[in-house]
Amino acid sequence: MQSIKDRVAIVGMGCSKFGERWDMGTEDLLVESTSEAFEDAGVKSEDIQAAWLGTQNQMSGQILAQAIKTEYIPITRIENFCATGTNAMMDACFAVAAGIYDLVLVAGVEKLKDSGVGFLTGGGGQPSAQTAPGVPPPAQFALAANRYFYQYGLSYEEGKQMLAKIDVKNHYNGSLNPKAHFQRAITEEQAINAPMQAFPLGLYDCCGVSDGSAAAIITRPEIAKTMRDDYILVKGLGLGVGAQQGSLRDYYDFTHFDEAVYASRMAYEQAGVKNPREEIDVCEVHDCFSITEAITMEDVGFSPRGMVKNDIDNGFFELSGDGPKVNTDGGLKCFGHPIGASGIRMIYEVYKQLQGKADKRQVKNVRLGMTHNLGGQPGSFTGAISIWGTRD
Amino acid sequence: MAGITSYGAYIPFYRLGKDTAGWGSPIEKPVINFDEDSITMAVAAGMDCISGGDRELVDSLIFATTTSPYIEKQGAAMVAAVVDLRRDIATNDATNSLRAGTQALRSAVDAVKAGSAKQVMVTAADCRTGTPGTEFDQTSGDGAGALLIGDEGVIAEVIDSYSVSDEVLDNWRAEGDGAVRSWEDRFVLQTGYLSVMPEAIQGLLKKVNLGIKDINKAVLYGPNPRRHAEMARQLGLDAGQVQDPLFGQMGNTGAAYSLMQLIAALEGAKPGQKILVASYGDGADAILLETTDQIANFNGKRGIKGNLEKKRIRKSVGVRGATLKGLDGGGPSASARWRDRESIDRLHGAKCLSCGLIQYPPQRICSRCHTKDQWETVRLSDKPGKIFTFSLDYLVGGVDSPLAITIINFEGGGRGMFTMTDREVEDVQCEKPVEMTFRKLRSSGGVHNYFWKAMPQRFQGAFQGIA
Repeated sequence: MQSIKDRVAIVGMGCSKFGERWDMGTEDLLVESTSEAFEDAGVKSEDIQAAWLGTQNQMSGQILAQAIKTEYIPITRIENFCATGTNAMMDACFAVAAGIYDLVLVAGVEKLKDSGVGFLTGGGGQPSAQTAPGVPPPAQFALAANRYFYQYGLSYEEGKQMLAKIDVKNHYNGSLNPKAHFQRAITEEQAINAPMQAFPLGLYDCCGVSDGSAAAIITRPEIAKTMRDDYILVKGLGLGVGAQQGSLRDYYDFTHFDEAVYASRMAYEQAGVKNPREEIDVCEVHDCFSITEAITMEDVGFSPRGMVKNDIDNGFFELSGDGPKVNTDGGLKCFGHPIGASGIRMIYEVYKQLQGKADKRQVKNVRLGMTHNLGGQPGSFTGAISIWGTRD
Repeated sequence: MAGITSYGAYIPFYRLGKDTAGWGSPIEKPVINFDEDSITMAVAAGMDCISGGDRELVDSLIFATTTSPYIEKQGAAMVAAVVDLRRDIATNDATNSLRAGTQALRSAVDAVKAGSAKQVMVTAADCRTGTPGTEFDQTSGDGAGALLIGDEGVIAEVIDSYSVSDEVLDNWRAEGDGAVRSWEDRFVLQTGYLSVMPEAIQGLLKKVNLGIKDINKAVLYGPNPRRHAEMARQLGLDAGQVQDPLFGQMGNTGAAYSLMQLIAALEGAKPGQKILVASYGDGADAILLETTDQIANFNGKRGIKGNLEKKRIRKSVGVRGATLKGLDGGGPSASARWRDRESIDRLHGAKCLSCGLIQYPPQRICSRCHTKDQWETVRLSDKPGKIFTFSLDYLVGGVDSPLAITIINFEGGGRGMFTMTDREVEDVQCEKPVEMTFRKLRSSGGVHNYFWKAMPQRFQGAFQGIA
């Protein structure tokens, strides 16, 4: 088995404004993100040899072709729950690393705000017996929160405060980002006292619902050198797909997510990361809910099991903190979660941080950045990790 | 000797009472929760009846009710499947009459005596609706009873019975009507109840050559306390001979009423007692039973007594009659539901024969050891469990908000995700004990979709039989 490390480079990226884009359809969002990516890379859509599109609600790759008017090139549509965007990037990287294509476009998009409701409605899917409880995402993740509190002896107040600090951090980071849906800082009190969505998760413990798109142009490093100086390199890609182990095995504890653990192990091994707590400079994680970010810090090895509260209390993951800076762009909390776009939006932030172009959010001396996605629910997830670094 | 070999009962946890806003009466009565109906109650009574017993011996199941959720579609087939009886059995619905319960009992005894069935389970359940504020509304209650009829291990022998069929327009409910209608009270009582039920009782007593004073306990159907007392007086029964009709606790539970009163009588009975059961509706049934020595050792059932003790007074009558409408998109896929019928209706999990892990729902390939198609069926519906973790969802809304979602770990192994019912918010906590209860999830497209839910453990040991 070969490692993907240093075999693919990103030479251009784009990210749409995320939010309630009432005047923008799926195709408009794709035009917005890919135009920026083409301009950033200094290429035209005609230069692209193949494309991968990550989207949950659009059924084929044709929507991307229709949006940017490609002429009969191969376009593959990928869907893998909330890891959709990252999965599209992975497969595109494999094609480039294999030498099949030289210049590939990766795009992710989701138009969520046409559903008429303010929460994720899910894909509908196969006709079913309709006996499984219809559990909205906040309630799914509250299962993890309540057990985490119970297992580690956190009172409701202690647990709630731990989560609120995550909300406050991500909202602050989002306030520094003009592309975020929510650009307003909040206080701990606001987070703690917000209306309950699914006990113990309140409004600010849940990410927004937004429209958005992000895109990347990838190539091999030897070609990247001819295009720009500050391209970035892939270091590791991991994907862990669950088989309902947590639902079927009565000994699963609901306080960790194995899919993310396995995905991060894969990526760390490829990247040669031995001590992620020390080595990762910035990390975009899948904070669909605050509890997910808390548990993820333990899953990816930033904090010891059951100990993330200490790090959160110490501001370890904040822009001014001593640890990996987590969700520097505001995270899902401030960008919402347009499913197919999220993974690539995260890579966009890592790309900007590695290039030193993250403006007010810029972290000093960024060498290694990471992204993390988690799709599904406690019991069965798709977990994805990507690690990126500056060129040598 | 044919007779009753086991019994079980179910009375809804929620009661209307003097502290219930909008009820306006000191009379207490059990009412179904929003997710219950006659099928779910019959299942619960059947589970109580068969607990600790052998399901393999049951050759037939009868479901008696006037409130079947379907006009065309058998309730008995569903009750039998959910209680987890064999497939090669006879099933019947006895419906459309308040005598359905006693008629079912008669048929069951006949089948056992004729040798066409070794054991017959009779389930009877009703949740009749009257116009709010009427006497009917105040004296009726919801509930279910179940009897196992057989010829071995009999605790009460059925000695004989006598029936009268009588065509009269006294109480009725036409298709599509929500509430029961009646003709003028005095006509109904004089020409119906007070004349036809005594006719059947006298007919029975003459047939068995007994007098009314020979009866130890008289289980009498009665529409309300006043008429019940009038009946006892007219028959010449002493107060001590009359089974407490449980008005103010249970109420008139329709087609299930006579059998539920009989169960209450059996709970207090000693060996060698003669019990008269009389029911009324489009005629009358009178049945004579005599308890055997075996009744002294019979226990472990929730029964009427146990169920009456477990209750919570509703804060308001608000949810009466409320139904959960399905999300748009219609009912469940019949084929998908049929494919998973064992895990949905019977709550069957599967134990891997190679590594021993119990998994729900059953899989082809073991989650732990990856062995293929080597399984042993495990019934989870009667097992106690604990809440491993939970959430309380405020987004879905509806009559059950916040929606309690729980991960249940079953005693002995196995895990599943279930919504929780008959619960207050404070009941929903990690490691709290629960038991399973069969409920209606929602009605959509003319389909009532049922599945198991968790509820706070009402009786220790769930349906394994009370120790």
